[in-house]
Amino acid sequence: MTAEIVILLLAAAVQSGTPILYATLGEIFTEKSGVLNLGVEGAMILGALAGFVAARYSGSPLLGLCFAGLAGSLATAIHGVVCLWFQGNQVVSGLALTILGVGLANYLGTAFVGLSAPGFEPFPLPGLAEIPIVGPIFFHHDPLVYLSYLLVPAMWLFFTRTGAGLALRAVGEYPAAATAAGLSVAAYRWLGILVGGFLMGLGGAYLSLAYTHLWTTNLTAGRGWIAVALVIFAFWRPGRAVFGAYLFGGIMALQLRLQATGTEIPSSILLMLPYLLTVVVLVFSTWRRGSSEAPAALGVNEEPVD
Amino acid sequence: MLGMRVAKRQEPLGYLGSCLVVGGALILSLLLSALLLAIRGTPPLQGIVTLFQGAFGSPWALEDTVLKAIPIYLCALGVAVAFRLKIWNIGAEGQFALGAIGATWVALSFPDLPKYALLPAMVAMACTAGGLWGFIPALLRQRLRANEIIVTLMLNYVAILLLDYLVYGIWKDPASHGFPMTPVFSDGAIVGKIGTTSINWGLAHCILLGLIIWVFFRFTRIGFEVKASGDNVRAARYAGLPYDRLVILVMVISGALAGWAGFLEASATVHRLQPSIMVGYGYTAIVVAWLARLNPLAIGFAALLLAGLRVGVENLQLELQVPAAFGGIIEGLVLLTVLAGGLFTHYRLVWRRQQ
Repeated sequence: MTAEIVILLLAAAVQSGTPILYATLGEIFTEKSGVLNLGVEGAMILGALAGFVAARYSGSPLLGLCFAGLAGSLATAIHGVVCLWFQGNQVVSGLALTILGVGLANYLGTAFVGLSAPGFEPFPLPGLAEIPIVGPIFFHHDPLVYLSYLLVPAMWLFFTRTGAGLALRAVGEYPAAATAAGLSVAAYRWLGILVGGFLMGLGGAYLSLAYTHLWTTNLTAGRGWIAVALVIFAFWRPGRAVFGAYLFGGIMALQLRLQATGTEIPSSILLMLPYLLTVVVLVFSTWRRGSSEAPAALGVNEEPVD
Repeated sequence: MLGMRVAKRQEPLGYLGSCLVVGGALILSLLLSALLLAIRGTPPLQGIVTLFQGAFGSPWALEDTVLKAIPIYLCALGVAVAFRLKIWNIGAEGQFALGAIGATWVALSFPDLPKYALLPAMVAMACTAGGLWGFIPALLRQRLRANEIIVTLMLNYVAILLLDYLVYGIWKDPASHGFPMTPVFSDGAIVGKIGTTSINWGLAHCILLGLIIWVFFRFTRIGFEVKASGDNVRAARYAGLPYDRLVILVMVISGALAGWAGFLEASATVHRLQPSIMVGYGYTAIVVAWLARLNPLAIGFAALLLAGLRVGVENLQLELQVPAAFGGIIEGLVLLTVLAGGLFTHYRLVWRRQQ
């Protein structure tokens, strides 16, 4: 009996951790190129809305997913214009992108509040789903969860085994040397921003097309910010991001279950848990190593004069 | 970019030029916002007119704008103090909530104290609570190297939920018919209005605190140390400036100022604590501080402008049924365009010559 509850809870942890995982992977991709983008929340929520609207009108969740990714890239492109073209402060620009993105999504989304759209349904993977314990936890989900399983090793391979991945990291570590080696810093940073934004958009789409099939205001509820913290927890490694995302998924799932069972603890205290946990996780991941794992040129703009 | 290239200016852009750039950024933001009005089927020109009429078009509107500018000003002043040291305090929203909570605790615990004792006690408690909410991230940053952007932001969520917990729970007014709010404060706990206007004496607090911060940066040694360390951390450390202590100091000042704003919102505006006071002034404050380039006087003008936009958006909501989220769009656009315009301080654009 208790074992079943634990398995259900862990499965729920994977599910509610997945949107955070997409966003964290997106931010890792961007930060590896040396660009700090604090607009994750904004890109996510715009992706969520674009995906929802596209799926609702076309009837195709897959098309919705594509639009969500593109909307995420479009949102982060604003950050690219301000920081790469106009040398704006990356911290402030990211914040502004979040303010704009959340405002825009809530503004354009008012007409859709409470409406539903066709989304992704759970699809137990034949074979894998039968494995005891592991099957019900990891392989009874929707296709977007499986896609995230593939994305993690793919990103690791990209960073460690491909020329483009190495170049992107070089641009984030030591742009002067990368320039001397004939790499275009701006081009790789644009790549980091746009691909990262695409993944953030997918994270948003997970919320509106898989986790729920509904649109509500403030759908992302701070998950983008949790992702920014998880990048530090993950030491900029895709593999560690998985643990972080599922840890948060677990806390969110637990909090929902506790609320549903009608515990004595007031809901406002339960709702604090993910945010307090973010602080705890952040402290534990930096107090020994500091931010020594961060890309060396993170957040620093390049002189624009050519 | 776009057939142009960037060239360094001989001299940084002067005062007039900077004003032109900020003005241009504001106009561009308004044009883009008008476009978004058109997308949702609101006549854009009528929308912008309604916005400005609502904000500045009548004495009543102006009073409302000033009322909203008061908390925004104090939060932005606090944010600016931290930004001077390049400490990214995104937590004004939470520090504001803690200030309101601290002031409310005093007001509810000692309702019978006379005004001259109760109000200072409320201010002291609000500043302590807000300051504490700034101190925690500063301490975590200094001792455990935790990123202050994320900690301050997470503490915003925690503070708002704490406020909810109090007003839905132990502080709820039994006579409120289930609405989440505390009982109304006693007369001694209320900051009054100036003459016959609807503007409260918080305006005087703003002027006084703005002057103090200006003097702090202009004439005190510690103020100078903050500015110097903000300009170049390494050089400051090398020169033996107590950087770590400065970080704690600016975060406590920053939190205390936002806490003061929270006190005013509870005491002067709604006369009680309720969740509806959390409307994002702490985030608007970041836009204001950046728009004003962290200058205390300019923050006053920027706070009036952004407060006006908020009042104007409320008018748009009433008259043309524009969603309230429209305000966030304008604020985001203003911040982005002003940020981009910053390029022209040290650079200019020249057309790339055809090869």
